[in-house]
Amino acid sequence: MNATAAPATRPDTAPPDPATGTRPARRRRVPRPGRILLVAVLTLAALYFLLPVYWLVVAATKSNDSLYGSFGLWFDAPQLLHNLGKVFTYNDHIYLRWALNSLLYAGVGAVLATLLSAAAGFALAKYQFRGREAVFKFVLAGVLLPSTALALPLYLMFSKIGLTNSYWGVLIPSIVSPFGVYLCRIYAESAVPDTVLEAARVDGAGEERIFFTLVLRIMSPALVTVFLFQFVHIWNNYFLPLVMLSEDRKYPITLGLVTWKEAADRFPELTQYTIGGAFVSVVPLAFAMLVLQRYWRTGLTEGSVKE
Amino acid sequence: MTTSARPQAAPPRRRARPDRKAWRFLGPFLAVYLFAMILPIFYALYQSMLKVERSGPMGFGEPTVVFAGFENYSLALQQTSFLEGFGRVFLFGIVQVPVMLVLALVLALLLDQVSNRWAGLMRAAYFLPYGIPGVIATILWGFLYVPGISPVNDMLSTFGFQPDFLGYDNVLWSLANIVVWEFAGYNMLIIVAQLKSIPQELYEAAKIDGAGPWQTALRIKIPLVRPALILTCVFSIIGTMQLFAEPLVLKKIAPAVTNDYTPNLSAYFDAFANANVYMAAAKSVLLAVAAMVLSFGFLSLVNRKQRSRR
Repeated sequence: MNATAAPATRPDTAPPDPATGTRPARRRRVPRPGRILLVAVLTLAALYFLLPVYWLVVAATKSNDSLYGSFGLWFDAPQLLHNLGKVFTYNDHIYLRWALNSLLYAGVGAVLATLLSAAAGFALAKYQFRGREAVFKFVLAGVLLPSTALALPLYLMFSKIGLTNSYWGVLIPSIVSPFGVYLCRIYAESAVPDTVLEAARVDGAGEERIFFTLVLRIMSPALVTVFLFQFVHIWNNYFLPLVMLSEDRKYPITLGLVTWKEAADRFPELTQYTIGGAFVSVVPLAFAMLVLQRYWRTGLTEGSVKE
Repeated sequence: MTTSARPQAAPPRRRARPDRKAWRFLGPFLAVYLFAMILPIFYALYQSMLKVERSGPMGFGEPTVVFAGFENYSLALQQTSFLEGFGRVFLFGIVQVPVMLVLALVLALLLDQVSNRWAGLMRAAYFLPYGIPGVIATILWGFLYVPGISPVNDMLSTFGFQPDFLGYDNVLWSLANIVVWEFAGYNMLIIVAQLKSIPQELYEAAKIDGAGPWQTALRIKIPLVRPALILTCVFSIIGTMQLFAEPLVLKKIAPAVTNDYTPNLSAYFDAFANANVYMAAAKSVLLAVAAMVLSFGFLSLVNRKQRSRR
């Protein structure tokens, strides 16, 4: 499970010496010219993936005029703080509001989704009851349901019961993660020992207490993964808030920035605000991606070997 | 699944009681799942069979909602622009999905060859776009596509190229580039995770048999990451069918992107621009069915191939 521990034993700086044949066999060597090509290809790919982000960083420091008047990949009279101040104060601090909304939808939504998935995954892994496999298959089918195609039907239904244009309209659909249930089941099956559950029962602990005090702690690596994926899923989702929300004070950042971008025809300064707003939303996420890197790779394909 | 295949010890008698509590843990999830994922499907099915009818002479009377049977479906399927949207998404997928998955696979295999510190940084760089919302990614690439502001156009024009990224013929591929950029790293990560689960002994055995890095990649790694490739392919097919946010944002700067550019856009504009929610529901159902048929079709195709090979 812990993917970071294993490769750490691989020596990074070993000299390319033919006498090192007795080294730990983990190391796979590539001949010199091949190695240069390898690094070149990888660097080229990195440039491709970083290009728009780098452009964003540079563009966020520019005035609206030099955005068009200077070369896009280099700085020109940087005024980042001035720009960011404008982004945050424009239209009665609406950007701040959007940022808080995004955090609310993604944060609260992902926490609840993780809890529900953990409970369901745990039940499917550790209890024997009639219909267990049927329930699991039913949940798995949800993984294949196209979520964007579902947004419109959800809107039709929610408008009937008056849930549109409310925080609930976005939150309720966001707390369902069939994929999270799947992941939690796989993880609980292999990580939560039956003996621990039995021992806790003998000690007189109720099932709920066992779940909240013991199981959640044991499952925490999987829970972090489920949380992160659901957080990004909600954070990135556009269709659902687009159809659900009509009042701009309830918008998440994505919706807000698109409104700015679309209004930039009439108010040219909004082009710079869009860029500044995108910059503010991308930077913390980029940082989080780097810091939380190791959680992104644990267990995603576990159990997918099912042919 | 490997884990459930393990023979389980006969459950002790005492467990009969706690097992009944399973539904308490399942309950909250199932309730929201049914309410927010399953029920909407049935509601959409119901809505898709309704239509608005205006009574009286010349259709100026009171509008009433009446049962329409499959009329919306047959109307949708006769709508050329809607079908063209399907065709466009299909063409898009046939090119974009393989390009993205090959890129993801190649990057994963190459990363497997470099030292850990480098690999970590590179992996983070490739994966970064996944954390950027599709609409923001499209806004960013949009700036890189528009002449006047785009450094890419600036650089290319010094070499004498005048590419029109947003022109009628190119915009579909400019869109494909955005989607590749967003998801190649994510798919790479799934493949990397599977690569890490390959037991080291296999590599050692291959080495003893004299296999070089190329042969190891072709004969051992690629066959063993097959499940990850299938998984990413299914997710990509579903994702492609639903193409929505990217073309919607690109629409503002690329006139070639019409209201019916993708099936999902078409359904959206039916509901919000044409105020025909019943038609929108029918189109959503058609889209979901198409996505399911394609992903299940793909799965059964690869499974059959697998079986016949044995």
